[in-house]
Amino acid sequence: MTTTTPTSATPRADAPSRPRTRLTGSRRNRLDRRSTPLTIAMLAALAYFLVPLLWLVVSSTKSTQDLINTFGLWFSHAPQLLGNIHDTLTQDNGVFVQWLLNTVMYAGVSAVGAAFLAAAAGYGFAKYRFRGHGAAFGLVVGTIMVPATALAIPTYLLFAQVHLVDTPWAVILPSLINPFGLYLMRIYTQDAVPDSLIEAARIDGAGEARIFFTIALRLLGPGLVTVLLFTLVSTWNNYFLPLIMLNNPRLYPVTVGLSSWAAQAQNGGAGSSSTMLPLVVTGSLLSIIPLVVAFLLLQRYWQSGLATGAVKQ
Amino acid sequence: MSAQNTDPQGTGAAGPLFVAPFLALFLLLFLTPLGYAAYLSLFQHKLVGGTTFVGLQNYVNALKDPLLLHGVGRVALFFLIQVPLMLLLALLFALALDSGLLRLAKVIRLGIFVPYAVPSVVAALMWGYLYGPNFGPIAQLGRHFHVSTPNFLGNSWMLGSLANIVTWEFVGYNMIILYAALQTIPRELYEAAAVDGAGPWRIARAIKLPALRPALTLTLLFSVIGSFQLFNEPKLLQQIAPDVIDSGYTANLYAYNLAFTGQQVNYAAAVSFLLGLVIVIVSYVFLYVANRRRNA
Repeated sequence: MTTTTPTSATPRADAPSRPRTRLTGSRRNRLDRRSTPLTIAMLAALAYFLVPLLWLVVSSTKSTQDLINTFGLWFSHAPQLLGNIHDTLTQDNGVFVQWLLNTVMYAGVSAVGAAFLAAAAGYGFAKYRFRGHGAAFGLVVGTIMVPATALAIPTYLLFAQVHLVDTPWAVILPSLINPFGLYLMRIYTQDAVPDSLIEAARIDGAGEARIFFTIALRLLGPGLVTVLLFTLVSTWNNYFLPLIMLNNPRLYPVTVGLSSWAAQAQNGGAGSSSTMLPLVVTGSLLSIIPLVVAFLLLQRYWQSGLATGAVKQ
Repeated sequence: MSAQNTDPQGTGAAGPLFVAPFLALFLLLFLTPLGYAAYLSLFQHKLVGGTTFVGLQNYVNALKDPLLLHGVGRVALFFLIQVPLMLLLALLFALALDSGLLRLAKVIRLGIFVPYAVPSVVAALMWGYLYGPNFGPIAQLGRHFHVSTPNFLGNSWMLGSLANIVTWEFVGYNMIILYAALQTIPRELYEAAAVDGAGPWRIARAIKLPALRPALTLTLLFSVIGSFQLFNEPKLLQQIAPDVIDSGYTANLYAYNLAFTGQQVNYAAAVSFLLGLVIVIVSYVFLYVANRRRNA
């Protein structure tokens, strides 16, 4: 970053000295836009990101013996993916299914709630002026930097006082407030909902709530989906908050559940819990599939939403 | 941008009503816990004598606590090494994707992003097994070719191993933010620059990098916050390397252990408060520096 200021000044100084070579360079690029060496380099980089996932897929087809005795990145002679899945789903009376359902519930409620709260408040801040407008917005945006985990222990201490710990609310409530989501929705509203449209609707006699629900929300779609998706991911992946809030294993989300299984697999050594290892691996695979699919299906939305957040500040 | 105010006469109390639900929950779930923790942090609980008001004594103790200082120092080191590496990779990948020179660009973009959708718990478990000496493929390959592989879960490698996990998780996310910002640069600028004789590298340096500054600031801010609250990955690797990762390995792990293993609630409140404060200050320093440079 430090080098950009000086270098942006240099081209003007020395550009005239070498336009000829540059021109032939760009002309060649235009004829043959695709670069094979660059593609190969990027495919190598891609391998770094995908090989661990390949390992996970391969490993979830193995027994404990095969995990230890066969090469990690290739299948063994006795694949048992379906058996592993069956064992994972039925272990401890199907607690893994319960964990997945808990995760879906916590993440779903949090994401819908957070997106809706952020959209309404972002719209309110973007399209109305009222007393305390600037102060309230500044206060919320000022806390964007307050990290969720630094807030988690204080929240736990407070929730312990009001008997909210060890309930689903302990995980859902703190996830409903997303200051960055509010910020994003305010900016998004300024661009996506023209004042003239609101004025026209008012002249037609529509109330403020009706304008928001029938006109603005529709225009805010991509921004809404972005906040929804990112709250979904952060709640789905959350570990710290449910770890400290929940004691009852039946309430665990899948992240806390998996880590408790991993601890069992670790502490038991090779003996009694040797059956746990394939469950941890297969459970890991099962827990990532929904989000990966969601991201691939909804990429149009989150990419445009991210662009809004990245460009405007 | 927000200059054209909608007429407050005709709208009544609608504005405050739109923001009220958010602000109410914000007050209850954000400010109240912070206030309560600040209150708790002013007390000390002793077996003999019970709970007493001690003023800022917990903070004084925290600032002298070698375990906390080590934890903060370690995440600061982590931040200084891991974040530049991660953002540099993200930047290079974003520029490569945006250059239009790649085949399979979409596959590459989505593939690099996929780890972001993997929970950090799963990422840490998975990499923990990959690093492992028993059935980790790296150790397996080493044994096969009779090469000794480093002990990734040992003392000297652990921080690097953690950095690798976090990098693996978040390069794609940062890359997408930067790539999205690059896509908004008008293409005519590149054509004009090319006519003026600028090659791809010159265009990247003179046009793309300056245009990326807001997005880079954003990614940097998120990385500050992420590094200083590092918890999930060390907590998970602690299960397989308990001798290497102690209770104060990162500042956040320390706060967690104080509150839930040590039952030192008041002190834990002070430590989380202090930790949050450090993060907010570091973030604002970054914002300030970035803004000043942009305006200069």
